[in-house]
Amino acid sequence: MGKIALAFLLMLMPLSGFAMAQESVRIAYIDTLSGGGASVGVARLKAFQFLAEDVNAKGGILGKKLEIVPFDNKTNAQESVIQAQKAIDSGIRFITQGNGSSVAVALTEFVLKHNERNPGQEVLYFNYSSIDPVLTNAKCNFWHFAWDANSDVKMEAITNYIKANPSIKKIYLINQDYSYGKSVRAAAREMLAAKRPDIKIVGDELHPMLKVTDFSPYVAKIRASGADAVISGNWGQDLALLLKAAGSSGLDVNWYTYYGVATAGIPISLKQVNLNHKVFGVTEGIANVDYAPSREFEKRWRAKYGEDFVLFAPRQVNEIKMFVAAAEKAKSFDPIKIALALENMEIDVFDGGKGMMRKEDHQFFQPLYVASFGELKASEPFDEEGTGWGNTVVAKIEAKDTLTKTSCKMTRPQ
Amino acid sequence: MLELVIISALNGVLYGLLLFLMASGLTVVFSMLGVLNFAHAGFYMLGAFFGFQISKWFGFWWALLLAPIIVGLIGAAVERFALRDIHRSGHVAELLFTFGLAYVIEEVVQIVWGKDPVDYRGPPSLDFPAFSIFSTNYPSYKVFMFAISVAIFVALLIVIKRSRIGLVVQASLTHPQMVAHLGHNVGLVFTLVFGVGIGLAALAGVIAGPILQTQSNMAASLIALLFVIIVVGGLGSLAGAFVASLLIGLIQTFAVSLDGSLASLFGPLSPDAPQFLIRNIWTVTIAQVAPIIPYALLILVLILRPMGLFGTRET
Repeated sequence: MGKIALAFLLMLMPLSGFAMAQESVRIAYIDTLSGGGASVGVARLKAFQFLAEDVNAKGGILGKKLEIVPFDNKTNAQESVIQAQKAIDSGIRFITQGNGSSVAVALTEFVLKHNERNPGQEVLYFNYSSIDPVLTNAKCNFWHFAWDANSDVKMEAITNYIKANPSIKKIYLINQDYSYGKSVRAAAREMLAAKRPDIKIVGDELHPMLKVTDFSPYVAKIRASGADAVISGNWGQDLALLLKAAGSSGLDVNWYTYYGVATAGIPISLKQVNLNHKVFGVTEGIANVDYAPSREFEKRWRAKYGEDFVLFAPRQVNEIKMFVAAAEKAKSFDPIKIALALENMEIDVFDGGKGMMRKEDHQFFQPLYVASFGELKASEPFDEEGTGWGNTVVAKIEAKDTLTKTSCKMTRPQ
Repeated sequence: MLELVIISALNGVLYGLLLFLMASGLTVVFSMLGVLNFAHAGFYMLGAFFGFQISKWFGFWWALLLAPIIVGLIGAAVERFALRDIHRSGHVAELLFTFGLAYVIEEVVQIVWGKDPVDYRGPPSLDFPAFSIFSTNYPSYKVFMFAISVAIFVALLIVIKRSRIGLVVQASLTHPQMVAHLGHNVGLVFTLVFGVGIGLAALAGVIAGPILQTQSNMAASLIALLFVIIVVGGLGSLAGAFVASLLIGLIQTFAVSLDGSLASLFGPLSPDAPQFLIRNIWTVTIAQVAPIIPYALLILVLILRPMGLFGTRET
């Protein structure tokens, strides 16, 4: 019995591999599936798989099924490169990754090198979340596409919002002490000086990344500075603990953040310390945007994963949508043709409005929303993490107002 | 300035007391079994999650009572049925065992409660500002935390220094054979002390959970700091652990509020100084290096006073 089953399995295995290669186009999802960042990585994987199911239910792409193949990079740059090589060896030509800019830089350099050395075997890298501006500036290349607004673009949105609020007079900057945090603070200083020269920057803090367990000392410092608003690019526990410490000590400032809305764990913390519409975030979309198609998607998503509070990112939807459109436009899965089709492609983005993949640096530009988290109005159906509070749009910034300069000079295939 | 000093002092003392709750169990266990219990912070995390679960079912006060007892019993069972046998295979085996145990606890927590932070809150009855100092609200929960930590320290000190049980425990630390010959069950004493140590870690978890974030990676960031405390304080010394905890709590808190750097002390470097190393070191602020100060202190103590501040024997 055992032998027969084994023989049967052996017969089946090469067959299924062959069948897959015939019927599906595969995207390697190389991201953090274990360790500290796993909650985000797993949630994003579920979202990509959910999107692939949607695509396949409508007949796939050019008659082929879309398949997402997960690889765990342990949030480690070296490991990501190994996993990318593994994916390429198994015949995959499209890679997507999002969490950790150090990983993104390693991957984009690896893909560039691989494509130079293996003409005819090119690989594309779809970056859905890493927002270090270096990726679409100094280290940009033809094979890399970025769907999330990069850090400079987000700061452009935040400072545009601050510009329109004359009540903000003293700003404190607090960021994580590594390349990304430093680029956030540099962008904030530069843009505030240009847009609101009257604003005083009363503090400029870099704290160690993911090492601080008690932010009370930092909060005491912010209070002592007399700031009325804080700008922070923090993410993960560095944001949750900071806001929690601020809330429980009664620090009354407004928080302008990159990740204060629509990231896991933050809503629970904010509700706990009762920070009601004090925390603002900038994002390409939230559940309560008044747009029927995105609300319908949100409902379907929550019906499937809602109880576990799994979040998807609208930029993931945009990425898959554009990949499908590019393949259909190119009538091919050849990476070079798809890359060329993606350039300057305009689409209706997930939360309504137009978005465009800029040819010069492969940065996607889209309408951005400044949103705040707190009590909901009757017209806003979606709360977050079972808190009863949710995200409210306070300002929409059109794509054209988010265009930043780029220093990218990429080499294109002849 | 005065405001910042007072607030920082308060924050530092509070943070230090929390560290002490965790370190007290670790230091006693370390001196008794001679084992660095890598899983200690894991039990702290277990305490936080048990506290979360029990407070969801029965309320926070039950959690405060039950969670440390349950986790303490688990700890005692670990000592009795695993560590005691492994003890015969030597220290390396014990070390590896607790190291593995830390991972097991983390994985179990992830399986049961997931990888995201859970919504763990303090009791509603403590949900008001206790007092306001320079317009900073001091939540009554933090005052409660302060009171519990001090109470535990005093209670531990009295039990160990003044009671008969303490006498036996202290004797077992240094002369286990002698104590056994006098008719005491040394094995039971070890199990008891281990259980109580773990229970204290769990208590710290129950109390700290609502203020810090209760999630499955909360143990990993803490364990190294705890080792610093018990080594700086002196192995097995409760008073040492207390002083070292407060010291590290205060140092970290005050370092954060200092913006001074070499540049602000001696003025900026000439523009043609090399960026690499020199310029970076010159402009780094004390606040930025705050988290590594405890480790620098550890190195200093090991060089200058290897037995620790209050220790009696060398590490």
